Amino acid sequence: MSESLETEVKTNPQGDPITSVAAPKPAAADVKKDPHAEAKKQRIVTPEHLFMDATRNREFITGSEAAKEAVRRSNVDFAVAYPITPQSETMQLIGVLYGEGYVKEYYRGEEEYGVMSAIAGASRAGVRCFTATAGPGTLRGIEPIASWPGHRLPAVIMFTCRVVNAPLAIQPDNIEISYLLNCGLILFHAENQQDMFDFIMKAFIISEKNDVTLPVGVACDGFFVTHARGYVHMQDRGMKLPPREAWRGAVPVLDAENPPARLSRDAPVQKSNFMAYNIHAVWQQEVWAAVERSRKYINQYMGGLCTAENTEDADAVLIAAGSAVAQSREAIRICADKGIKVGLIKVRSLRPFPTQELRQLCAKTKLIVIPEFNYVGWLAKEVAASIYGHSKAKIIAGPHVYGGQSMPVELIVDEVESGLTGKKSTNVALSQIMGTADTTDPAAMAHFMRSI
Amino acid sequence: MQTTQQTKERIIVPGPAGFHPPSAAQLGVTLPDPGTGLWYGHHEGEETVMEEIARVMLTSPNATIFPGPMVLWAWNEHAVEKAKTVLEIAAQIPDVLIIPMPDYRPKYPKIDAEEVINPNHPNLTIWGNKIEACIFIGVHCHYANLTLKMIRAGTNCCTSALCAEQGHEDAMLTVRDCSAEKLRHFAEVVKRVRENMGIKLPENGENVRFTGTQSKVHAGKSHTNPVDFMPTAAGLAGAAAFGHRAEHMQSEG
Repeated sequence: MSESLETEVKTNPQGDPITSVAAPKPAAADVKKDPHAEAKKQRIVTPEHLFMDATRNREFITGSEAAKEAVRRSNVDFAVAYPITPQSETMQLIGVLYGEGYVKEYYRGEEEYGVMSAIAGASRAGVRCFTATAGPGTLRGIEPIASWPGHRLPAVIMFTCRVVNAPLAIQPDNIEISYLLNCGLILFHAENQQDMFDFIMKAFIISEKNDVTLPVGVACDGFFVTHARGYVHMQDRGMKLPPREAWRGAVPVLDAENPPARLSRDAPVQKSNFMAYNIHAVWQQEVWAAVERSRKYINQYMGGLCTAENTEDADAVLIAAGSAVAQSREAIRICADKGIKVGLIKVRSLRPFPTQELRQLCAKTKLIVIPEFNYVGWLAKEVAASIYGHSKAKIIAGPHVYGGQSMPVELIVDEVESGLTGKKSTNVALSQIMGTADTTDPAAMAHFMRSI
Repeated sequence: MQTTQQTKERIIVPGPAGFHPPSAAQLGVTLPDPGTGLWYGHHEGEETVMEEIARVMLTSPNATIFPGPMVLWAWNEHAVEKAKTVLEIAAQIPDVLIIPMPDYRPKYPKIDAEEVINPNHPNLTIWGNKIEACIFIGVHCHYANLTLKMIRAGTNCCTSALCAEQGHEDAMLTVRDCSAEKLRHFAEVVKRVRENMGIKLPENGENVRFTGTQSKVHAGKSHTNPVDFMPTAAGLAGAAAFGHRAEHMQSEG
């Protein structure tokens, strides 16, 4: 057990406390007596109170610290860590929570396959689980991750996205999200430290709803969110969410008290010679139906799958997720200085995807620009497929940066200007531009879909 | 012009819906809000849905109740209470069958489709018994959803689900938040509809029809009175020994 884990209060140049150490300093005697003393005093409140009503205080902390503070308030039973940049600090901080008694069980796994398998076992046993990984770790763990939804395992996993491709790099790049989109996970994308904090807590509650009973991934762009500080408004740490009620799940929990306990749920289901092929087909339908059912809870707790700002009567609309949203906000400010009115749609939930919302919001839009921190443009593909036939907007799938590049806002401004004027862009390949302001050209659309 | 026919277009109807039809969720059907149920894919008042379930169960060939693990096993007092309500419902439907879904494991090498139903191949039981209406109760939601999808795809059975949670889109008819009290009310609804339709129960109260094996273990009798099978506290004691308490599954079933 650790003690004196967070006692020194640091501040930024403005005098704001910069870490979660801003919490009341426990008396030294108390810490020595019981390092779990503060955790034991936490009181359970309803999700609605914690999310909507509870008073919040502002702190200036990193995304990793925001994740830690979310887990502190989420009544987590079990967490497994395996280090990988830029996630390592996050799970190290969860270890601090374990030392303080806020997380009941915690250990370091062998590698990501083992970590994700351990999460499967723990979730199946009925406890609330959390882990985090990044980039190559995500791909190493993706086999068990992709099996979680089919087993209907509620859990929350944080993806602190980074480069996955050779040559090896640890820099920001959210290409790994494209691998996660079709696992059957519910998947959120956090813009900043505040999102990280809020999304994680809400993810637990959405994940465990009976009609959902699915894992939730909360992704962010590594370093930009995990290592940078931002203002986060947080509820008092003396409150926590209600515990998981495993008996309310869509599937029975593993009953370890009544042998034989079967580690693989209905093992013969995985042997097609013992089952109708139809069962796997309807099983997949059921997983995606559960993803659909999560929409109402995302609307209830998160205020929507996406948010829109100034999209009506805008000359152009930026659609972005994650850190690209923050860059888009600055680009919109520069465009306003130039007299160009640009709206913003921030996509928070990638699965389920806000298809209907985008169709409505983009019905009259003339130009859509989609900046992304990856090469393939997975968000542009999602948007194009969603609004096809419902909008005549010209879509520019870019600008794209990757491999650790930052995204100068001028790139976004340039795409908006070139999109509006029709002048050739210097930054986005012509093959990544779809449609025109007046009509949708099927040939151009097909070319676009092939190319992005 | 007045018509007695329902003019609302039904979305989720008895099949066979096809080789691999879209799920109800893919068709845009959403789960009902508290106080409402699903009526062939539409949100409707709970009482209306209950009356339709009763009508279908009273008028369809080989109507069957499929009790799942949450009411078949005496986990706790709550499970026993719900099991009793299932028998009370059965007691109102002449010639009804009761075929259990005791667990969710695929039955291999071969299921006895006449005697049990399984979520991995429920169509076999429906086909084997020529069941054209059924009620699921006490089945965990995931497995109920698999079952309902397969039945809709491959059979002409009209499915109902009495659910302790939010209900089931792939059932033609569903009622949510089914407590023991609500299930007792449903039994009363069935009684009322039956009496309004002029359908009588046998005078000796033996209205539940045995399956083949059930008949064999009951000395060749063809029918029985479900009330004779009301569970006792003895079974509950066994479950309690394993630490199962009512609060562990207070609304399940």
